[in-house]
Amino acid sequence: MLSAILVNGLVLSGIYGMLALGFALTYGVARILNLAHTAFYMAAAYGLFFFLGRMGFAPAALLASLLVLLIALAAYKLLLEPLREHEATVLIVTIALALLLQEVVLLLFGAHFRSVPALLPGFVEVFGVRVAEQALLALLFAGVVLLLAWVFLKGTRLGLGIRAAAQDQEAAELVGISLSRAGNWAVGLGGLLAALAGLAVAPMATLEPHMWNAPLLVVLAAVVLGGLGSLPGALLGAVVLAFAEVMVVNLVPGGAFLRTAVALLILVLVLVFRPEGLFGTAFAEER
Amino acid sequence: MSRVWIAALSGFALWAGSTASAQTLRIGVVGPMAFVQGEHTWHGATLAAEELNRAGGVLVGNQRYRIELVRVDTNEMTSVTDAATAVERAITAQRVDFLIGGFRSEAVLAMTEVAADYKKPFIITGAALDGILAGRVDRNYERFKYLFRVSPTKSSDLARTSLLLLGEVVQAVRRDLRIERPKVAILAERAAWADPLVETASRLIAAPPPQGYGAEVAGTWRPSATATDVTPELTAIQRAGAQVIFTVLSGPVGVPFGRDWGRLKIPAAAVGINVEAQQETWLKATDNLGAYVATLNTLAPAVAISPKTIPFISNFQARFKQFPIYTASGAYGALYILAEALNRAGTTAADAVVRALEATDYTGPAGRIVFDKTHDVTWGPGYTTGLGVQWIGGRMQAFWPRQWRVGNQTVSYAGVQPYQLPPWVVEAWRR
Repeated sequence: MLSAILVNGLVLSGIYGMLALGFALTYGVARILNLAHTAFYMAAAYGLFFFLGRMGFAPAALLASLLVLLIALAAYKLLLEPLREHEATVLIVTIALALLLQEVVLLLFGAHFRSVPALLPGFVEVFGVRVAEQALLALLFAGVVLLLAWVFLKGTRLGLGIRAAAQDQEAAELVGISLSRAGNWAVGLGGLLAALAGLAVAPMATLEPHMWNAPLLVVLAAVVLGGLGSLPGALLGAVVLAFAEVMVVNLVPGGAFLRTAVALLILVLVLVFRPEGLFGTAFAEER
Repeated sequence: MSRVWIAALSGFALWAGSTASAQTLRIGVVGPMAFVQGEHTWHGATLAAEELNRAGGVLVGNQRYRIELVRVDTNEMTSVTDAATAVERAITAQRVDFLIGGFRSEAVLAMTEVAADYKKPFIITGAALDGILAGRVDRNYERFKYLFRVSPTKSSDLARTSLLLLGEVVQAVRRDLRIERPKVAILAERAAWADPLVETASRLIAAPPPQGYGAEVAGTWRPSATATDVTPELTAIQRAGAQVIFTVLSGPVGVPFGRDWGRLKIPAAAVGINVEAQQETWLKATDNLGAYVATLNTLAPAVAISPKTIPFISNFQARFKQFPIYTASGAYGALYILAEALNRAGTTAADAVVRALEATDYTGPAGRIVFDKTHDVTWGPGYTTGLGVQWIGGRMQAFWPRQWRVGNQTVSYAGVQPYQLPPWVVEAWRR
């Protein structure tokens, strides 16, 4: 059982990690709680499905990512940046954007379940647990993406600026970092991470227009658990929640449906007992 | 008066007469129209309405009525409130005379309350919950007598059939793998309709023959009906050493189940209810990994349940380029049942139509329909039984009923083939 929890938990952590990092970046730097974040992930999965009918996997994945990147940047420039001081309005606008994307997908593709063929069709046994090769590929992909994101944020001047803006906006501005520019990059990077998570999940999941709902809850819980605005916190939160979900299924099989509700419970518990999360401070200060 | 004038006046009289007699019956076809269940309800009703209208319409008394279908999109998959509102709008604003359709049990419960309020006969074609009729029509007849169901059979009958299918697979494991006491894992979505089935299955699997299957319950997993990944559940089922997975899945979770099960080659045969696997899009939806999944179904290609089955399937496929799911055959049958009841009643008055509907004995594409005292479709030999189907060689193939003995009756439909265990299950367990 331990090996099943370990292996399945790791695979799920990779996907949630990509989503949570993108969400945390967007909030940390641009101060936008983007509830359309997982709708971007859904749009990328559908984009891949659409383009795959016309070209190979790599160009289709590239086009799908670019499409989502453009949507994210356009949404930021046109809708979110002018409103970013009004947090409640931003929340409403992002949820409206998510619903709009859902309705567009519903209109274009219908409510039928769609699937994207796996790049690797078989499975391998890891510690006696059957794991789809595609899931291992997704884990590897998530690992590389997260590593690259980390190198970018840690090792480049731009990344340093983004992290500085995420940690303390006023201090960052005082030392000459353009918050608008950092916000642009953060939103772009956040959208791109959501798109990449969508591409990783598409060959393993069932595509349907509401597929963004469940991960949104998990992502919200992950970033609150880690501490709003904290990038390592978001990653850790994602890992904790992924393992919590897998443990629920393995330890309480009759309550497997509660796996997502566990995320909600953790979210509530963190808000009540440790509102600043594991690493963050922003939310506590706001309270 | 010139001949021209006489001809013109006669023509006018004929036209006026025909207009006066061209009455219309407005039938509200309700369902989630963005989803295949609603779409097929509409298609099935459309096919029947076209056939009935071509044959001159419905004869009620000495009047012929043309059927006009009214499309009522209930959005019931996401909102029960929307569904009830849609039905109310259909009755009050769109002035429908009768209602057929409905898919999601929770929504149908709300919709039928509205129909009962307005005393509109409503023939259900998609929702399975027993309690939509039982405990309502029999306990409060005056209020709920307007409700009938032609498909599917109620959930307790679905349970009976799916357990018969499970029995076939347990036998196959015993026979082909020489495992005397097979282990059965139950994978049932978390939904009210599935609860009694889980309880009955648990009892029956473990009970000794002849009442039970003399097998062992390896465990019960209850994922959400909308879960997009059941890998952890399947991993745990494999670890529990199950040779069979009894599925109770009506929601979208059926698709990830089929994909993950086929991809991981879980060494346990899947059988039970999987509504997604009833559709011809199953293999495409599961990236061709859903082969060998077995499920309860209503129709299967080339299986003649009644003389009307094959013509219905052929006409439906010719008209809509799809294989009909149960809501399609249900809506098709419902319209014919309604037309015959109107004909017998000789009036469109709701109470008289209800009495005529109660006397229904109609053989449709999915079998013979006779209503019981709760206005539900009768299940069993000689009536509607359902089918067990399995995906083999890229197509849906029926494996049940095949020499099904009940008392002194044997039920068998032409075109039904023996059940086949998935090859990787045989490979994993053959001793």
